[in-house]
Amino acid sequence: MTTMRRRAVPYLLISPTVALIAAFLVYPIASVAYYSLQHRNLTRPWADGFAGLDNFRRMLFEDEVFWHSLGFTAKWVVVEIGLQLILGLALALIVNESFIGRGLARSLVFSPWAVSGVLTTGIWILLYTPSTGVLRFLGQPEAAVLGNPDTVFPAVVVTELWRGVPFFAILLLAGLQGIPGELYEAAAVDGAGRIRRFLHVTLPHLRDAIVLATLLRGVWEFNNVDLLYTLTGGGPAQVTTTLPLYVAQRAVDSKDFGYGSALTMAGFVILLFCSILYLRLSRFGEER
Amino acid sequence: MSADVMIRPRTRAVPAGTRRRKRHDPGRVLRLYVPLGMYLVFTLVPFYWMLVFALRPAGSTDPVPWPITFEHFETVWNDIGYAVFFKNSVIVGVWSLLFTTVIAVMGGYALSRYRFRGRGLFMVVLLCTQFIPGAMMLIPLFSIFKSLGLINSLASLIVADTVFNLPLSIILMSGFISAVPFTVEEAAMVDGCTRFRGFLAIVLPQLRPGLIAVGSFAFIHTWNNFLFALMFVSKQDSFTIPVGLSYTIGEYSADFGALAAGGVVAALPVVCVFAVVQRYLVHGISAGAVKG
Repeated sequence: MTTMRRRAVPYLLISPTVALIAAFLVYPIASVAYYSLQHRNLTRPWADGFAGLDNFRRMLFEDEVFWHSLGFTAKWVVVEIGLQLILGLALALIVNESFIGRGLARSLVFSPWAVSGVLTTGIWILLYTPSTGVLRFLGQPEAAVLGNPDTVFPAVVVTELWRGVPFFAILLLAGLQGIPGELYEAAAVDGAGRIRRFLHVTLPHLRDAIVLATLLRGVWEFNNVDLLYTLTGGGPAQVTTTLPLYVAQRAVDSKDFGYGSALTMAGFVILLFCSILYLRLSRFGEER
Repeated sequence: MSADVMIRPRTRAVPAGTRRRKRHDPGRVLRLYVPLGMYLVFTLVPFYWMLVFALRPAGSTDPVPWPITFEHFETVWNDIGYAVFFKNSVIVGVWSLLFTTVIAVMGGYALSRYRFRGRGLFMVVLLCTQFIPGAMMLIPLFSIFKSLGLINSLASLIVADTVFNLPLSIILMSGFISAVPFTVEEAAMVDGCTRFRGFLAIVLPQLRPGLIAVGSFAFIHTWNNFLFALMFVSKQDSFTIPVGLSYTIGEYSADFGALAAGGVVAALPVVCVFAVVQRYLVHGISAGAVKG
């Protein structure tokens, strides 16, 4: 083989990936930027045309749902990630211990991760149904949990925790397995108790894994549309509408592509800004 | 099998102290079994509740489904059309699994074995794609598939799901390939194998855990993907399971038996796949994504 041909091998190997990403991820993003400057609605094609910044003006100054969805998105991501981190870390620590039946326990507690958002909705609708759900055994009065603006938020949070905690735990368990056992032995010899071993050995070693997991899951929860779309439809009265859910509703239901693209651009900018800010603040990957 | 043993180390982080303790230590019960038991209840009750609704006759409110009935399964499979949705989901899932795995092996091999110009950029692009929301790609992807004439075709789902599966799959796969020592491959090449033959004969057999992890990951993601299928397919005979299920939730909301039976049909394949591959997944993530 000539040197030239050998040099080409890695590029040939990545060429399908590059082509697919260029055609179906990079080009679409560019086209979203273009659509956001257009009036484009599949149901009203006669009104299509160049819009300039009109979509953005409408979004920023006339659309209350947009501003409300931003607030709810922030609340949703922060509450979900906070609770998932605490529960996921506890779960990872538990199934990292050695005990009889650990493999089975891991399979069982991790299994909701494999369940889709729509199926999660299906299952929890059964649980939340007033007449036949499980809540009647807990003394919950006959009330539609999902139809009430006061109870809908805790209800969707618990539902998403059921599916979200397992993957958090998987990511953190992978991190836990990378901590050398000698460190714990050394700490124990030095007289460190269980809590101090956790604070001074486990947490520092897990820092990068925690930052990565919270970031990945944060982005994922931000983008999570399936569950809310099917469980509450963003309701009642739009109180559970996140920004991506709002975009999806614009795309799927009203086919308003121009305005939906403007919302998408706003979502990109916010996500990018928050991610960079988070990585900076958490000083990811830096040696201390 | 030896590759499993080599690639999947046993947990090293056994906290000091576990060995000294007896099994019936009350502290250990409080620390370990009580929270684990509580979490198991939280995890399993919803699954159980779905089974109860799916297996008991309509109108029953008994928390134990006895005697069991399969009438709801007959309803969803034959009348609502889950037989067709199931077939569509299997087609999309299997093709996406195959494409994802093959392309991920190629890309992962390039990342793991070659130092080429643009490698760093390629890695950064792969990581950045993790920030692209599927929901926000609905509009442009719809336009692309429309111009390609792929709307209402399962091909659009196969392509879109493969693209969204690829980045993480490549990163995972390169971790698995790096775990196979390069020296054995070199030895095969010295013996006269071409690099490709050497890869097939030496690396691929040892890559089995990686192939299982990446393939099942891709299958589960594709099987569960709802929004693409909802947006790109509007003909009922092209529906996938999640879309069918969402309509069951909407239209049959009074018929909880059908909803639950549909849920069981949707859950069974992925939960089975997951139970088998869960241990490979934990290792794959620690080898690939977290440590870089």
